[in-house]
Amino acid sequence: MKGKVIGISGPTVTVDLRGLKLYDRVAIGEGGLLGEVVRLERERTLVQVYEDTRGLALGESVSSLGKPLALRLGPGLLGTIFDGLQRPLEGLREAQGPFLLSGSGKAPPLSLESCAFTPLKKPGEEVMAGEAVGWVQEGPFRHFILAPVAGTIERIADGECSPEAPVAHLTDGSVVELYEEWPVREPRPFRRKLAPREPLITGQRCIDFLFPLARGGTSIFPGGFGTGKTILEQSIAKFAAADIVIYVGCGERGNEMAEMLEEFASLKDPWTDEPLMARTVTVANTSNMPVAAREASIYTAVTMGEYFRDMGYHVLLLADSLSRWAEALREISSSLEEMPGEEGYPTYLASRLAAFMARSGTVETLGGATGSLTMILSVSPPGGDFTEPVTQACLRTTGSFLMLDTALAHRRHFPAIHWFQSFSLYQDVVHRFEEEVSSEWTALRRECRDILKREEELREVAEIVGLSGMQDEDRLAMTVAERIRLDFLCQNAYTEDAFSPPEETLARIGEILAFYRKTLERLGSGEILDDILGG
Amino acid sequence: MRLAEHAYTTISAVRGPLLFLEGVLEARMGEMVSIRFPDGSRREGEVLRLEEQTVLIQVFGESRGLGLVDTEVVFTDTVKQAPLTLELLGRVFDGSFRPLDGRTAPIPERWQGVSGAPINPAARARPEEFIETGFSSIDGLNTLVKGQKLPIFSSAGLPSREMVAAILRNARMGEHSPESAGGFVVVFVALGLTHHEYSFYMETLEQVRTPSVAFINLASDPVLERLLAPRFGLTVAEYLAFEQGRDVLVVATDMTNYCDALREVSTAREELPGRRGYPGYMYSDLASLYERAGRLKGRPGSVTLLPVVTMPEEDITHPIPDLTGYITEGQLVLSRDLHQREIFPPVDILPSLSRLMQRGIGEGRTVSDHREVANGLYRHYARGRDLRSLEAIVGREGMVAQDQRMLDFASAFEEQFVHQGEERRSIAETLDRGRRLIQTLEGEET
Repeated sequence: MKGKVIGISGPTVTVDLRGLKLYDRVAIGEGGLLGEVVRLERERTLVQVYEDTRGLALGESVSSLGKPLALRLGPGLLGTIFDGLQRPLEGLREAQGPFLLSGSGKAPPLSLESCAFTPLKKPGEEVMAGEAVGWVQEGPFRHFILAPVAGTIERIADGECSPEAPVAHLTDGSVVELYEEWPVREPRPFRRKLAPREPLITGQRCIDFLFPLARGGTSIFPGGFGTGKTILEQSIAKFAAADIVIYVGCGERGNEMAEMLEEFASLKDPWTDEPLMARTVTVANTSNMPVAAREASIYTAVTMGEYFRDMGYHVLLLADSLSRWAEALREISSSLEEMPGEEGYPTYLASRLAAFMARSGTVETLGGATGSLTMILSVSPPGGDFTEPVTQACLRTTGSFLMLDTALAHRRHFPAIHWFQSFSLYQDVVHRFEEEVSSEWTALRRECRDILKREEELREVAEIVGLSGMQDEDRLAMTVAERIRLDFLCQNAYTEDAFSPPEETLARIGEILAFYRKTLERLGSGEILDDILGG
Repeated sequence: MRLAEHAYTTISAVRGPLLFLEGVLEARMGEMVSIRFPDGSRREGEVLRLEEQTVLIQVFGESRGLGLVDTEVVFTDTVKQAPLTLELLGRVFDGSFRPLDGRTAPIPERWQGVSGAPINPAARARPEEFIETGFSSIDGLNTLVKGQKLPIFSSAGLPSREMVAAILRNARMGEHSPESAGGFVVVFVALGLTHHEYSFYMETLEQVRTPSVAFINLASDPVLERLLAPRFGLTVAEYLAFEQGRDVLVVATDMTNYCDALREVSTAREELPGRRGYPGYMYSDLASLYERAGRLKGRPGSVTLLPVVTMPEEDITHPIPDLTGYITEGQLVLSRDLHQREIFPPVDILPSLSRLMQRGIGEGRTVSDHREVANGLYRHYARGRDLRSLEAIVGREGMVAQDQRMLDFASAFEEQFVHQGEERRSIAETLDRGRRLIQTLEGEET
């Protein structure tokens, strides 16, 4: 099908091609700019173009590529960095130099010479849809190859095989390929969803101890600029106890991406001692890259996440930042001249967000394995104002809310998680910590919160009369609260302290609270606080 | 490529700097057009939007005198380009790249589109080499590194102008930073200057010994040139950096004027306004400028960006500083309180931050104990500032001796470390001062 361009406005191009379907992919002009159908009318079709439309002319040819935006999924994903449309950025760099040029990104997403396939099934055996027929070793991982349909194996490869040839043939004539295509906006199927009960250990004391995350859960952390969102995201990406990490830099800084890539290449996964890059897939669509691809980037990332989840892995998806995605949505919506909702965002912002976040979860896969996809999403509220639409829409669906506080950040308290405003709905997870780490976990948690609360109440008094004018017991609470803040809640992302396993977390808070109890006892027996602290 | 130029006189509407043209058969997004006014004069314009046969054109330069009749638009089949050559060094241009220094326009080596292509994130090298600005508050505590973008957040009446002038005069590569073979270069972009500011900066440029290129847009110049000038500046900077191997520092002042121009044009286009009337795409638009700073793997040269933003109503949550802060790698915030106490530069250390500082300081970059000195100063000063609110309530006499010493430290820090007037300090001098302040404080305590 061929047609031509009849209008251009920013990233939105009007074409006279008929017979297209919603979300079909379209190639535009001599450069072959990629686009996606977003609106159909009788005489014309509106296409959202993923690249810079500068230089595009009226009358240039348009052709339909049929399928909606889809990913090529298979061995080679891990350790690679893609843009929002799954174009490999290293490949593009080799092909066209250090700058991204519009309409020339033709590097194949995954390119393997050959790979070694190990079968799990023998000819004659039954296989379910979504069940693994075998695996390819990819770094430290077994990259399972799943059957797309149920059937009986007729032939199956063993050892070296070409990436393009099927690895298995079924008796009904269908084949199992090494690679599969999956449209990004369509959630991958599973048997059933399970309640998130297992903790996701992040290595961040404040999160693990006070606001624990669950595998398969969702967490958002909003914060104004300078509150350390990106550093926190990256620390979690480095240290969290996940099998696979998908990191999507959505409309953020290029230099920070460069810093992260360089760091990840040299660091090791603290849980397996394998290079960190081997478990990571990066999707980078920085703030100056085309806005429509930014909108697609989170779907690209979540589809990759679901793909690994279906193999029975625990996947962690980190997006920085969801606000940039929402802004891209707003920009596209406004170029389509849609009726705006709050602050110019389209009215479907909340439902799109909810649908995206609903793709997280712990599932029983079609093949019967258990896998999970956890989402940790940063939000950049304009002016640090949490009443804005994106934060509010997220709050309705998220399971955990970590509020990053500007005042804490100014005092260089990092991570700047506000211990009163934040919450976690994953209370089941606390019991798991209690079972697995220590029976004291819940009690210590309560004690820690009480002291922080006491400090908050006493602070006003302290500001007026000064510490010296207060009673010893109150002064002790203030001193201990300060220790909790500085020695426990603060965590330096640039030193070894950046990662704290649960046992260490517990030992550290245990020590501070033991000191508190002991000192309280000594005060009770008539000693004076200055003597205890001084001596 | 079209063979013949084609011209149209079918103008259907003129709205501010925008012009609507009917019945156009061929036009490209971003294509440059030449507009002949009824009085015979010519201006340039750019294609903004294409709809069936209606073309929306924005006019660069003054649109006064445009008419629906007797005006002709000629399509040129090229996009907006900047002439590039090393001869640009030492020259001053206006927002349309016309020489302002009375000399003839240089002969370009080649032309380059001004919108710039995004740097592939995989091709970026990590910024980590120290640039010495000569200001203790920046070099010591909010260190600037090659390839960084670090804005100055100022307010009306604060001396951002004098700061910019001092940085233009004093900035150079750090002693330990391997200087790219081409050397250090400054690109200065001034937007919406009053005449008073204009003469101030022209005088400054005469004193700058670093090779420089300047783009000066006056408040009375056309609004669209305000959108163009930074793009010219950055295109020239990229050329000098990545093709000629120079380390380029781009100083752009004042980005608030840029954003207001963006809003003006957006309103004329009848686009949906976002916060405070600024267009919804302002974040992407600012990013397309700021993100052009950086270094490339395997190539010498760097583009470092120091934009100045005047915060309207001294409000850091205003969309302009807010969006800027989300894109840039830190910020330097100026304080009216310090300025009133005649401290120059009046940089408030507490809300200021350089995100890329960690990599750019210490052994082999600046001085081995830089981090300890910086952390010490920050910690003590933050404590001293906290105590000032207490002092306001109970008075100095009501405070314990230790707290009084912290108060003294905070004042000494502001007067001896942050304040430096006209003097240029090397990083060694900056850190010496810092160490002395800390020693004095700790000496008193023992």
